Amino acid sequence: MRFDASEEVTMNPYLPYSAVIDDIFVETEDGNLKTFRIVLENEEDRRNWTHRPGQFAMLSIAGKGEIPIGIASSPTEKGHLLFTVNRAGVVTTALHKMNVGDPIGVRGPLGNGFPVDSELKGKNIVIIAGGFAFTTLRATLIYMLEHRGDYENITVIYGARTPGMLLYKDELKQWQERDDLNVYITVDREAPGWDGLVGFVPTIAGQVKPSPENAAALICGPPIMIKFTMPPLEEVGWRNDQVYLSLENRMKCAIGICGHCNVGPVYVCKDGPVFTRAEVQRLPVEF
Amino acid sequence: MKPLVLEKEQAGHWLKGLCNNFDIFAPLPTDKGYSDWQKWDGGDLFDVAKGVPKSSIKTFFFPQPEVLFQFNARASAPDAFRLREPKCQDKPRILFGVRPCDARSVVLNSMPYEEDPYFQKRIQETFIVGFLCREGCSTCFCKWTGGSPTGTEGMDVAAIDLGQVLYVEILSDKGKRLVGNGFFRSPTKDEETEAKDFVEKAKGQALDQDVASILRSKGLMHLYDAPFWNSVSEPCINCGTCTFLCPTCYCFDIQDETLRGKGRRIRYWDSCMFPLFTQHASGHNPRGDKLKRVRNRFMHKLKYFPDRFGPISCVGCGRCVRDCPVNIDIRQVLRSLLEI
Amino acid sequence: MSSVNERITQEIQSIAASMLESGQVAAFLGYSQGTLPGTMQPFVARDVEDAKKFSWNSFCVINLANYLPALLRSLEPPRRRGEPPPEGPLPKVGVLATGCWSRNMVVQIQENQIERQRAVIVGISSRGMVSRRKLEAAVGYREITHIEEQDNSLLVRGDGFEETINRWDVVRDNCQTCVHPDPVIYDKLIGSLSGDRKIPDRFRQVEEIEALSVDDRWQWFQNEISSCIRCYACRNACPLCYCPTCFVDDSRPQWVGKSIDPVDTALFHILRAYHCAGRCTDCGSCESVCPMGIRMRLFTKKLQKDVLELYGFEPGLDPDAPLPLSTYKMDDPEEFILTHIKKGDKK
Ligand SMILES: Cc1cc2nc3c(=O)[nH]c(=O)nc-3n(C[C@H](O)[C@H](O)[C@H](O)COP(=O)(O)OP(=O)(O)OC[C@H]3O[C@@H](n4cnc5c(N)ncnc54)[C@H](O)[C@@H]3O)c2cc1C
Ligand code: SF4
Ligand code: SF4
Ligand code: SF4
Ligand code: SF4
Ligand code: SF4
Repeated sequence: MRFDASEEVTMNPYLPYSAVIDDIFVETEDGNLKTFRIVLENEEDRRNWTHRPGQFAMLSIAGKGEIPIGIASSPTEKGHLLFTVNRAGVVTTALHKMNVGDPIGVRGPLGNGFPVDSELKGKNIVIIAGGFAFTTLRATLIYMLEHRGDYENITVIYGARTPGMLLYKDELKQWQERDDLNVYITVDREAPGWDGLVGFVPTIAGQVKPSPENAAALICGPPIMIKFTMPPLEEVGWRNDQVYLSLENRMKCAIGICGHCNVGPVYVCKDGPVFTRAEVQRLPVEF
Repeated sequence: MKPLVLEKEQAGHWLKGLCNNFDIFAPLPTDKGYSDWQKWDGGDLFDVAKGVPKSSIKTFFFPQPEVLFQFNARASAPDAFRLREPKCQDKPRILFGVRPCDARSVVLNSMPYEEDPYFQKRIQETFIVGFLCREGCSTCFCKWTGGSPTGTEGMDVAAIDLGQVLYVEILSDKGKRLVGNGFFRSPTKDEETEAKDFVEKAKGQALDQDVASILRSKGLMHLYDAPFWNSVSEPCINCGTCTFLCPTCYCFDIQDETLRGKGRRIRYWDSCMFPLFTQHASGHNPRGDKLKRVRNRFMHKLKYFPDRFGPISCVGCGRCVRDCPVNIDIRQVLRSLLEI
Repeated sequence: MSSVNERITQEIQSIAASMLESGQVAAFLGYSQGTLPGTMQPFVARDVEDAKKFSWNSFCVINLANYLPALLRSLEPPRRRGEPPPEGPLPKVGVLATGCWSRNMVVQIQENQIERQRAVIVGISSRGMVSRRKLEAAVGYREITHIEEQDNSLLVRGDGFEETINRWDVVRDNCQTCVHPDPVIYDKLIGSLSGDRKIPDRFRQVEEIEALSVDDRWQWFQNEISSCIRCYACRNACPLCYCPTCFVDDSRPQWVGKSIDPVDTALFHILRAYHCAGRCTDCGSCESVCPMGIRMRLFTKKLQKDVLELYGFEPGLDPDAPLPLSTYKMDDPEEFILTHIKKGDKK
C-alpha cells in the first residue's frame, strides 16, 4: 500500500548513468595515472550531457563503490568524457584493473566548476597546476581554446616531478607550439633528455611574474604547492579574489547531504569544489 | 479540523484496527530497563513514559542501513552490476507516542534531505502520532532550541493525555486517515478547558531570546576560534554515541556489499566524531584531531546548520547529555557560544 | 567527620596542586564533577588553579589509563612520524590509579604505550564504582535528579521519591568480583591498601553462561548484542584499544561490514573480545559506557577466565612478566606449533 503516489519522486540523484569504458591511456611512467575515456550508454543521455570545466562526477563501480573524480574533458569534446585517475585506494585500484568495454556508472556533473562563462570572460587567464591536479584545468584550457576570443592572454604554468610524470604529453607539445598561448612546462629536477624548464612551480611562477591586471588565476595542486605559489603572486599585486582554487574533501553523496565534505558551513561538493582564495580564507582550514 | 477525544479504553481497539494496514511502533520497555522503539504487538495499551525513549525516530526515516540499490554481482549474468532501485516492502508505519522534540527533528532533517527520494518517501509513508509533554526530564531543553513541550511541528496527530481520555488534534491529511474509524467523539466543554490548561501549564514561560538568530549573527571564525574547544573536547573518546542517538544527526557513508552473487549499495550512519569521516586516501585528514571533530559536531549543530537553514540542528531531547560516556554537555557548550 | 570520598577529593586536589606547582608534572589526570547526578568527567589539570576542580566519588567509571598515552604524547615537542624522541627527560603526567587502572598501565608499559618514568601514579585502593544502570533499576527507572553519597549508602532523590540504597548492591559487576582492588604500581598512595580479596565465585556470571548448551549460548550472545548500535564507545573507552587503524575500520581488506547486520555486529564483538585476551583487566570501562546497556564485558571476562586457567596468568600484575599471548616457548604444549618447528628443522 502506498499513499500519495502522485507525489512520488521519480528522479533519484544517487542513480548513476550507465556507461562503458571506451579507451584507456596510461599517462605516467609509474603507471599510477591512467586516463579513462568513458561513453554514456544511452544516446539521449549522451546528447543531453553538459558540464562546466571544473565540475566533477562520481564514478561508480558496483561492488566496489563510488568516488569523486574531476572531469578532465571539456564540454566541447562531444560524445565522451575523460577522467584521469590516480591509483590510491579501493575504488581507484579496481578502476585501474578494468578494461576497455567494461561497464561503469557516472553520476554527475556535480559541483560548481570554474566561472568560464561569467567572471573569467574577457580576462587574462593564468593557469597554474602541479602534479595530477591538472585534470580539470585541462578541461578548462580546452574549453577556452575553443572559445579563444572570449579571453585575453592565456598563460599556463604546469609542473611535475619528472618528465615522465607529466599528464597529456602530446597535448602539451601542441599547446607549446601555439602562438596564442604562453606555456611553461617544468620538472622538479634535471632529467636526461629534458631540455625544458627545471624548478618547482612556485619558482617558475615567480619568474614568469604574470600581471594581475584584469586577470584571474586558476590554481590546482598539492596544498604545499598552492601555499608557496601565493607569495610570488602577491608580490606582483595579485588579490585573493582573483585566485580560484579547487578543493578536494572526502565525499560520499556529492549532493550536500552526507556531511563528509564540509568546510565550516560550506559543502565542497555542492558549493564548490571551486572557490576563490578570498572565500576559502573566510573558512576554517579544514581541507 | 475540530479536536476529537478518544476514551483510553478504546485506544487499544482503535490501534488494533489500524494494524491491518500499518505497522505500529511505540516506545515500549526493554529488558535493559529503558524504553525504546519497538513494534507494538497488540498487547495491553501502554502509558507513554515521560521524556524520550533511548533511540530517536530517525531510524524510521534514515534506517540503518538504507538499501539504495541492488545488483546482480555475478559477472556472467546479463544484468551484471546494473543498479536497480529496491522495492520497499515495508507497510506504512504509525509511530505512536512521539514527543514534540522528536517530531520536530523530522522537520529539521527534511531541510538537508529535501531532494533525497528515500528520506522523502519514508516521510510520506510514516504517520506520526505525537504526545505533548506535561512535564519533561531534567535533561530536556527543547525551548532553547526553538521547540516547545507542546509543539506539534512534524506531527500528523497530536495527543494530549488527560488521564481517562486522549484529547486529539488532527494536523494533516495523513492524520485524517488515522482517525476515520468511529472511535472518536467531540470533546466536552470540560475536556476543552482541561486541554487548554494542560497546554498553558506545560508551555510555561517563553524564552526571552532567540537562540538561533543570536548564533547566526555571530561571526563564524569568532565561534570557531573560541578558547574553550580544547577543554570541551579533552575528555571525549570519539565514539558514536552522541551522534547515533541524536535525532538530528543525519550523516551517512555509502558502501557496496556483495555476498554470494548478490550485491547492494547501502547507506549507513556515520559520524563526524570518527577520525575516518574526513580522511583522504593519501592519509591527509582535515579534521585529524579530536578537538576539530568535537568542534565540528557543535559548530555544525549550532552555527553551520543555522547559517544554512535557519534553526539550530538540535531539538533539545537531551539524549547526548544523558548518554555521553564522559558527560560532554551540549547545554554548556550552547551557553558558552551564546556568551562569547 | 568527612566521608571517604571527601577525604580522597581533598588529597587529590592537594597532591595535584603541589605536583603542578613544583613542576614535577606538566599535567594531572583525574576526574571532575559532571553535569548530571551520577556522572563524572575525566579532567586534565594544567595549573594549580585547575586542581581545585578535581573530585572523587563512586561514579568514576572510565578507566583513566585510556587517556594516558595521548596525553603524554601531547606534551612532547612536535616531531614527524618515525623521528626519534628528543634527548633528555620529557614532561610527566600525574595520574590517579585504582587497582584495575594501574593494571592497565602495567599492560601499557609492557606493550610500550607509555614509559613508566613519565607517569607519576597516585594510587587509590578502590572501593568499587557504582553502576548507573543498577542504580536506576534500584529506583524503578524513575528519573534521578539528585544523589548524595555516604560511605556505604546512596541517598537518591527524584520527582516525588527519596530512597536510600545500599552502595555495595549497586556496585558494578566487575568491581563486585574484583580480587585486586589495590594499585599494583604507584608513586604515591592516597589512603591505605586493602589487600587482595578472596572471591570464590568471581567467574560465576561466566560459568552460568558456560553451563548453557551451545545453541543456547549462541542465542544468549546474539540477544545480548542485538541492540548494539556500533557506536564503538566500548572500544574507545578501553585502554587496550590503541591500534591506529582498528580492524573494523580497515578497508583493504575490509574484515567486517559497516551497518548493524547481526553477523557484522557479532564479528565486531567476538574480535574485539579476542583482541583483549590476556590483556583485559576487567576494569568495566567498556560496559559502563555502552549507551545500550550491553554487557560486552562478559565476553572479555570469559577470556580472562580462560587465560587464567590455561596459563595461570592475570594481566597487569607484574610489569616484568611476559604477556602469555605474545610470548613463545620452545616447550609450549601446543602441538600445532611443535609440528611446525619440526617441519622447519628438516631443511
Ligand atoms: C572534487 C574531487 C575531485 C577529485 N578529482 C580527482 C581526479 O581527477 N583524479 C584523481 O585521481 N582523484 C581525484 N580525487 C580524489 C579521489 O576522489 C580519491 O583519490 C578517491 O576517492 C580515492 O578512493 P579509493 O576508493 O581508491 O581510496 P580509499 O582510500 O579506499 O577511499 C575510501 C574513500 O575515501 C574517500 N577518499 C579517499 N581519498 C580521498 C581524496 N583525496 N579526496 C576525497 N575523498 C577521498 C573516498 O570517499 C573513498 O570512497 C578527487 C576528489 C574530489 C573530492
Ligand atoms: S544534540 Fe543532543 S540534545 Fe540535541 S537533538 Fe541531538 S541528542 Fe538531542
Ligand atoms: S553533528 Fe556531525 S554527525 Fe551530526 S549531523 Fe552534524 S556533521 Fe553530521
Ligand atoms: S558521546 Fe561523548 S565521548 Fe562519545 S563522541 Fe560524543 S561527545 Fe565524545
Ligand atoms: S575490555 Fe573492557 S574491561 Fe577489559 S580492559 Fe578493556 S575496557 Fe576494561
Ligand atoms: S558501546 Fe554498546 S552500542 Fe556501542 S558499540 Fe559497544 S556494545 Fe555496541
